[in-house]
Amino acid sequence: MSAEQLIFYFFGALTLVSAFLVVSMQNIVRSIFLFFVTIFSLAAMFVFALADFIAVTQVVIYAGGVLVLMLFAFMLSNRELLSGLQSVKGSFKLNHFAGLILALGFLFLIVTAINQTDILQLSWLRQNPGIGENDNTIHQIGIHTMTGYLLPFEMVSIFLMMALIGAAHLARKEKKS
Amino acid sequence: MLISAGLFCIGLYAVLTKRNAIQVLIGIEFMINAAILNFVAFGKFDKLNGGGQMFALFAIVLAAAGVAVALAIILNVYKHFRTIDPARIDTLKD
Repeated sequence: MSAEQLIFYFFGALTLVSAFLVVSMQNIVRSIFLFFVTIFSLAAMFVFALADFIAVTQVVIYAGGVLVLMLFAFMLSNRELLSGLQSVKGSFKLNHFAGLILALGFLFLIVTAINQTDILQLSWLRQNPGIGENDNTIHQIGIHTMTGYLLPFEMVSIFLMMALIGAAHLARKEKKS
Repeated sequence: MLISAGLFCIGLYAVLTKRNAIQVLIGIEFMINAAILNFVAFGKFDKLNGGGQMFALFAIVLAAAGVAVALAIILNVYKHFRTIDPARIDTLKD
């Protein structure tokens, strides 16, 4: 096993373990900060797929924007939850069990599907040239954004503007009248 | 690429987050990230028109927009109900 594979599996394991810890952690502040670890190791996985621009975008948007927003909302909304953990009710416990069963079943389904497809033998994967280590993907991304993917790009920009205006509208304080 | 198997585990473990509205949101983020990782992994084989990486970018942007709106909604819900436990917000029930 080469060093590259070793690092890859290390980051894969780190992603899975930290994601599982985030989900199972009782303390929400800790789980949000563990989410950082998950995001960074996911970015490392993106680098292994030779998508360095996506990795940088991931770190900037998630670690810079989304997590700060989450912490912000958490601090604003969480006076009583911060001190005491929520008590486990009977119905909640049942929900948790059912969710676990559902998730494990779905995981089993996907893993068997992946095992059966034999991904590396797909014809379009073998015909297309892969991205090499020396290719300038950022250059390619810039060109593709302005040519082939211009329509989705504009739609995303308009959608983002709508989302920001909507978020600001929802979160603003009502005028007392 | 064995990434696919690993990444779906993340999304799947995330499905069972049902404790707190923010944690549910983090679970949704995990699922979106799993999809993005799949995009990127297969985009590695798609040099000519770069579909995987482009759509990974779009998906990240959409996820960020979704999170902004969802957090605004969570804050509003908290203002109304003084809680963010989705199980206790049941005004819409009969």
